[in-house]
Amino acid sequence: MDDLAPALTATLERLRGAFGEQLQPAAALPGNLTLEVPLDLLLPVVRFLRDSEDLAYRHLSDLTAVDRLPRQPRFDMVYHLLSLATAARLRLRVAVAEAVAVPSLTGLWKGANYLEREVFDMFGIPFSGHPNLERILTPDGFEGHPLRRDFSLGSEPVTFDIPHRKRFSDAAN
Amino acid sequence: MRQTETLTVNMGPQHPSTHGVLRLIVELDGEVVQAVKPVVGYLHTGMEKELEDQRYIQGITVTDRMDYLSPLSNNLAYVLSIEQLCGLAPPPKGQWLRVLLVELQRISSHLIWLGTHAMDLGATTVFLYCLREREAILDLFEMASGVRLMTTFIRPGGLRQDLPREFYEGYSRDGKRIQGVREFIADFPRRVDDYEALLTTNPIFLRRTQGVGVITADDAVDWCLTGPILRASGVNYDVRRTTPYSSYEQFDFEVPLGTNGDVYDRYLVRVAELRQSARIVTQALAKLATLPDEAPVNADHRDYVPPPKEELSWSMESLIRHFKIWTEGLLPPVGEAYVPVESAKGEIGFYVVSDGTARPLRAHVRPPSFVNLQALEHLAKGHMIADLVACLGSIDIVLGEIDR
Repeated sequence: MDDLAPALTATLERLRGAFGEQLQPAAALPGNLTLEVPLDLLLPVVRFLRDSEDLAYRHLSDLTAVDRLPRQPRFDMVYHLLSLATAARLRLRVAVAEAVAVPSLTGLWKGANYLEREVFDMFGIPFSGHPNLERILTPDGFEGHPLRRDFSLGSEPVTFDIPHRKRFSDAAN
Repeated sequence: MRQTETLTVNMGPQHPSTHGVLRLIVELDGEVVQAVKPVVGYLHTGMEKELEDQRYIQGITVTDRMDYLSPLSNNLAYVLSIEQLCGLAPPPKGQWLRVLLVELQRISSHLIWLGTHAMDLGATTVFLYCLREREAILDLFEMASGVRLMTTFIRPGGLRQDLPREFYEGYSRDGKRIQGVREFIADFPRRVDDYEALLTTNPIFLRRTQGVGVITADDAVDWCLTGPILRASGVNYDVRRTTPYSSYEQFDFEVPLGTNGDVYDRYLVRVAELRQSARIVTQALAKLATLPDEAPVNADHRDYVPPPKEELSWSMESLIRHFKIWTEGLLPPVGEAYVPVESAKGEIGFYVVSDGTARPLRAHVRPPSFVNLQALEHLAKGHMIADLVACLGSIDIVLGEIDR
């Protein structure tokens, strides 16, 4: 952790002061700070980061998920915050098991709305406290969550059929 | 007896003012917009899934097709994340050429925005002027990469190749003069004056844009806005300045800010950015002129960067490296990286997770248009339905990037 910018070192110290040793920096590339945050601490930690005058992580850069199948818990929620005061970028990572609801950040940033809907659509991770948790990119009635690792490319059922010609599978029967 | 019901109207997905295949469900009270609900996803083709299935260099072609008005910015964002994973950095010439190309890209993207936005508001002339200059930039990209739009030109470690002499000097084709970048950029500020003469003090344009679609600085941050729409509200966040990449810290430019946060201020900010981008291009050309012609554009890192083609005829080692990179692909170490850049639309960044194989475990794009579009409801509420078009245009969206 020697190669961190002073602003990130300060952030780490402030967070440790407020939340103790529950927050662990994960292995990261030089200059990056990634924090492993327990699911129940996500909202308090993010609110603390956003509302502290000196830290001022007021810009939510990005929010997404990673499917780490076959690892359990299966998903990682990943948040990228930017401090508008010190220009430090911070990454938060939250391990989430399947079908476990993640607290929504829409109460802190209205802009988290679409990003969380996208994660819900693509990974099937539910968000608690989201005002309008619907699919966003896939069509109505779509089944499955395309960015899960067990959703293989090319397995999407087609909506058209050729009724007048016997399909190969029918002929075999 | 007065009717007090609201009327729900469907706008799009095939509507010229929605700039693509965007559907808006608008709730109207008379002509006043009460609520807007954007419906997106008509162009969704699973590009992030596609990126997971492509090797790193192949994936760059997918990023071209997201924001198809600024493919070079997308290339750069993806490549910077890959470079952070690999610990790569291009030499100065590669860095400056990237800045040069990306700023030309910003100009071309802003020109499309300016032309279509003015046309949405009834000023058709501007569109023709803007397209004329954009065409000159596309000619430049064609000289550099052989392709006008989907360039795939920025690669891990540098660029696909050095730029040809014609890129700087121009040439003649079928008796027609094709401008080089020096000629183009020397003339460009005068062109911006022409656009401004048509719009900046035009009373109709002012009536349509001033005080319309206002968003305050705090609300803009709350909606996670980035790019010109955020800066028009007075928030000084430009990725090029806040967390510089690709040698932007060596360039002298201003970050234009607005005060009112209305459609007009967004127009002013983007026009000022046109001038600043031209300044950066001029500086990049001056910096490049200090380097010898044979200065390398690519990092000398044979694990990730293919060796120069001419070496293949005499070096067995180079031939092996070349073969391995183009068959096996890059193998970045395990890790994750997010290095955003400032595209014409706002902050675009790729969160790339590597598991040490030739394909990313996850490649997620933070699409500026997608995030910015959410604010439309906030912007348009309480305005006339004609102003909805002005608000939507002022966000500057590209549906290819929203739907991916």
